[in-house]
Amino acid sequence: MNCDVCKSNEATVFLTQIVQGQMQKANLCEECAGNKGVTDPTGFALADLLAGIVAEQRQESALVSKEKECPSCGFTQADFKKAGRLGCSHCFQVFGTGLESLLKAMHKGTRHVGKVPSGVAKAHETTGQVAEMRAQLDSAIREERYEDAAALRDKIQKMSERGSTTESRAVSGAKANSLPTDEKPESEAL
Amino acid sequence: MKFASLLKQPADWMEVTGPHGDIVITSRVRLARNVDGVPFPGWARTEDRVAILEDLKAKVESLEMMGDAFSEELSKLTPIRKQVLVERHLISREHAAKGAGSGAVMNSGQTLSVMINEEDHLRMQAIFPGLDLKGAFDALDALDTELEKEVNYAFESRFGFLTACPTNLGTGMRASAMLHLPGLVLSDQINQVVQAVNKIGLAVRGLYGEGTEALANLFQVSNQHTLGEKEGEIIARLEKVILQIINHERNARQKLREENPAKVMDHIGRAYATLRFSHIIESKEALNHLSMLRLGIDMELLPKKWAMCVDSLLMEIQPAHLQIRAKGKLSAIERDTLRAEILRDQLKSLPEPDIFTKDEQVSSEGEDLQPPESELDDE
Ligand SMILES: [Zn+2]
Ligand SMILES: [Zn+2]
Repeated sequence: MNCDVCKSNEATVFLTQIVQGQMQKANLCEECAGNKGVTDPTGFALADLLAGIVAEQRQESALVSKEKECPSCGFTQADFKKAGRLGCSHCFQVFGTGLESLLKAMHKGTRHVGKVPSGVAKAHETTGQVAEMRAQLDSAIREERYEDAAALRDKIQKMSERGSTTESRAVSGAKANSLPTDEKPESEAL
Repeated sequence: MKFASLLKQPADWMEVTGPHGDIVITSRVRLARNVDGVPFPGWARTEDRVAILEDLKAKVESLEMMGDAFSEELSKLTPIRKQVLVERHLISREHAAKGAGSGAVMNSGQTLSVMINEEDHLRMQAIFPGLDLKGAFDALDALDTELEKEVNYAFESRFGFLTACPTNLGTGMRASAMLHLPGLVLSDQINQVVQAVNKIGLAVRGLYGEGTEALANLFQVSNQHTLGEKEGEIIARLEKVILQIINHERNARQKLREENPAKVMDHIGRAYATLRFSHIIESKEALNHLSMLRLGIDMELLPKKWAMCVDSLLMEIQPAHLQIRAKGKLSAIERDTLRAEILRDQLKSLPEPDIFTKDEQVSSEGEDLQPPESELDDE
């Protein structure tokens, strides 16, 4: 059996973890095990490595759309397939949609609900609410509840006019402080 | 702060026993952060990495929380020094392999450490003794909030903090506790516990050899997901589960004492004999035996006073610490010999407890040594 990391040496170190009742295995050669720090049970390396290998196994299905390139850093889909890592923060705008299925398998949800940098807090909240209402709107249409759908659409329109729905923005604290609180953001069309 | 001073100063978590310190060695929380619009370290050119390192290093150093920090570029540290930082859990093994364009900053108590240009631009960590994930998280969260004022973090509504690897998206947080579970291993219950914990989206890891034996009976429990759950929820869930594992371990130890005291004494006695009389000993073997001594101390079969010695040996017998002591590079066999020498000397300096020489001890005193039920519940 060959090593999961270098794919050339014979694997001699076998790691196992069980997540949500599913057994995940990684087989490494002596050298890669040493390099990756997995022989240290106290390190985070093992956690990261196993997560990475499992992710790699699932990437086959992710990102199947045609070759794209990040305009900011030049990273391509092929690079992602090879490394299992993205190139820069802007890559998420280019490859983000293709990641959904991968993230679904990997995480508890596909939307962030944790800490938000103070600079983007307000915009983030609105975006989250709008996204949720969009999902409700979709199911209302699917279930032919047109009255509900109309009400939701109006609500979304109002929200979008009130709060910023900028999907991606990094704001430092310094910058955030200079933003007027009632800044008029661009509205989002349905 | 110089490397020599850092080395002389034991980490805070080694000095004090935290909550449930007889079972939980440390609680650690890690956050991954990146600078917006700058290629991630793995994709950046060396010049870019050097530039971002310079910028971030200065910003982290100047944080009041970091105090008199030890701060260095990895290219300026010898391999052995880097390895010492790995053995103290201050940087990752992967980070230690890096050269130009990577760095590390840590406070003198070694409770807070920041890796610059590991897989992400910033990998920050807090390490606390015992079970105190909340304490570790709060300390790190405060550091993160301070740093956020200086650094233009890559953040997006949908995916949260943007990280090079999709496994860290969202909170970018991994929280973990290192548990010493010899009772569950000796009583063959460890598998059941591992299975149960994993059903709820947490991961338990050990380095598995044959069967379920983990190195030094140490297991790491950590969160698996970083996206779709709040930091506080993740921490609370982890703490709750770890408290249950602690209970299982306590019960297992008590049961062993009641039902199979000879087995426990045999393990501890053999461990003592090996460590006390070996002349060549590998790290893995030594760690497994030290684990048994630690169990003996925690079960009050060995004197409490031994704890300090055993705990510091766990750190001192690691390869880089040995080589720092020897003031030079050692071959594997030289390390194994020096390791055995240190262990012999240290154990010789401790008075040999009667428990190893009195035969009747095992059967007659088992009952007496047992703490009353109520005492266990109070903890
Ligand atoms: Zn390999
Ligand atoms: Zn990019």
